[in-house]
Amino acid sequence: MKKIRSTAVAIPAENIDTDQIIPARFLKATSREGFGKNLFRDWRYEDDDESRPRAGFPLNNPAAKGSILVAGKNFGCGSSREHAAWAIKDYGFQVVVSSFFADIFRNNALNNFLLPVQVSDAFLERILDALDADPAAELEVDLEAQTITLPSDGSAEGFDINPYKKTCLLNGYDDIDYLVSILPEITDYEASRPTTLA
Amino acid sequence: MGRTLFEKIWDAHVVRTIDGGPSVLYIDRHFIHEVTSPQAFDGLRRRGLPVRRPAQVVATADHNVPTEGQHLPIREELSRRQVEMLVTNCKAFGVELYGLGHPYQGIVHVIGPELGVTRPGMTIVCGDSHTSTHGAFGSIAFGIGTSEVEMVLATQCLLQSRPRLMRISVEGRLSKGVLAKDVILHIIARLGAGGATGYFVEYAGSVIRSLSMEGRMTVCNMSIEMGARGGLIAPDETTFAYMKGRPFAPAGQAWEDALSYWRTLPSDADAAFDRELHIDASDIEPMVTYGTNPGMGAGVSQHIPALAELPEAERTNFSKAIQYMGLRDGQALKGQPVDYVFIGSCTNSRIEDLRLVAEFVKGKRKADGVEVWVVPGSKQVEKAAREEGIDKVFEEAGFSLRQPGCSACLGMNEDKIPAGKYCISTSNRNFEGRQGPNARTLLASPLTAAVAAVTGRIGDIRELI
Ligand code: SF4
Repeated sequence: MKKIRSTAVAIPAENIDTDQIIPARFLKATSREGFGKNLFRDWRYEDDDESRPRAGFPLNNPAAKGSILVAGKNFGCGSSREHAAWAIKDYGFQVVVSSFFADIFRNNALNNFLLPVQVSDAFLERILDALDADPAAELEVDLEAQTITLPSDGSAEGFDINPYKKTCLLNGYDDIDYLVSILPEITDYEASRPTTLA
Repeated sequence: MGRTLFEKIWDAHVVRTIDGGPSVLYIDRHFIHEVTSPQAFDGLRRRGLPVRRPAQVVATADHNVPTEGQHLPIREELSRRQVEMLVTNCKAFGVELYGLGHPYQGIVHVIGPELGVTRPGMTIVCGDSHTSTHGAFGSIAFGIGTSEVEMVLATQCLLQSRPRLMRISVEGRLSKGVLAKDVILHIIARLGAGGATGYFVEYAGSVIRSLSMEGRMTVCNMSIEMGARGGLIAPDETTFAYMKGRPFAPAGQAWEDALSYWRTLPSDADAAFDRELHIDASDIEPMVTYGTNPGMGAGVSQHIPALAELPEAERTNFSKAIQYMGLRDGQALKGQPVDYVFIGSCTNSRIEDLRLVAEFVKGKRKADGVEVWVVPGSKQVEKAAREEGIDKVFEEAGFSLRQPGCSACLGMNEDKIPAGKYCISTSNRNFEGRQGPNARTLLASPLTAAVAAVTGRIGDIRELI
């Protein structure tokens, strides 16, 4: 993952919790696949009925598509379910843009190579306005340069990412690989601990 | 400069810090359950790794279990398979499982403390956001995702960046009928649903110190509802008295050694926090939420805000929430009818909660047309309730005392609130659909829930005791 230029889907609501992203009743699966079809299930369909998509919900708007999801402030709060990140990824998104992410969601996203891009409230507003005016407007996210750009008017903003996590994303390796590589050091640490912690 | 409780524990658990990156944090206790673990065990298999320290892992089945007829096979196939998979995985990887039928089974955040597995000074994680509950013992406890569950199973470590620290001091005296649940709902209403994101919160002050361990767990439990990574409370004599003699608590010399270590943990007088918040206990009323995040709550004598009172920027979200709830802006909370009462969840399903409710409802009957479910947090709580005759009180009141599990807290197992119905609930989340598609949740304390059970409406406990 280096640079992504794509159209985007906007769900401007604030405080979107992981129960909305993927309701608990879909957490019975024991694999990581297939959650995308139930992404935002209860906002997407009337009375849980797939034949009755809710008019007006962005995922049901054929004009709104792309690999970037743009959402209101405090995205991903609530339950720690990683299924939320799996569902967003499985649906086809690679980037989520918001002006604020809940901590656990941010970690879960990064662990699944889904990039959370945190922008200022003002820039989020600008993106939402642009998408409102033209659902086909594109966004460009450059992980290497840590910038997000709205090519239609050239406005851009930088975003933060932990340098370690950035290296992981750019090279496709994960935390477990790293932790396993330092197991001898972990064993030494265990040996040095006071017994009151055992 | 002195160190905070959080810093003392954190520093003792850092294996190493990556330059400009996170720290490798060692984890003492890892709780797992059926919902967020199967993919982690799969990951271990794929990588050919064992569980590194099985003795530091404890498993239970709670989220996806029925709360009636637990001796029977689980009816719903996917749920049954998920619970069976936990049994298979624990066996294959040598992890202790307190599954259905085991005398220690229960909600993961209820059993850890009551068994003495949760201890001060530890780092504790679980693939569940309410792991913050364990912070009540003076430990760093937080929820993690499934990839992180896999990391801890494989290496007993996690990569974590140090959060900022906030201290919330609650001073004064609580009025009669105001419980720990009201304290935390009040704090969340003040800070908002994202108000503590990026922080770990230490709760302090005379009110917090006067709470029982059950009350402290209720407070720490809901830290995540204002976005905090976790919450914690300095261990003191109340903590030690609660722990002593628990099945897995240290004993003999080990207890003495542990005790002297635990006494070093409280924040030093000159320790600094990134943010401080002071709350006056006399401002806290019994609380009820009216919206679709736990920050949308108010004192029971108050009104739901009128649209015009709110800042322009908040109106859209507020209206959407109120509409979902079928409530009117400006409406009084008192008097609002309810259909269901749920007393349970890792926030309020401990024996103390059940005792309080029983004391209030003794000799009373539930209101007509109201369905009341009381779901103990664990087998141990259930057993104690029966031994104390609390089951009889509930039976006479027309409440149903069910078997332990997460139950109607999350709309995953069989216990769901029907669409459009109001449920006053002692759980921790009022998100849209949390208790079942289109269910309407009003969060409150066990006593406020008990009032609703016998009157059929939201009422003020202070007028009734
Ligand atoms: S009781 Fe509710 S909040 Fe607690 S662990 Fe179970 S589902 Fe999560």
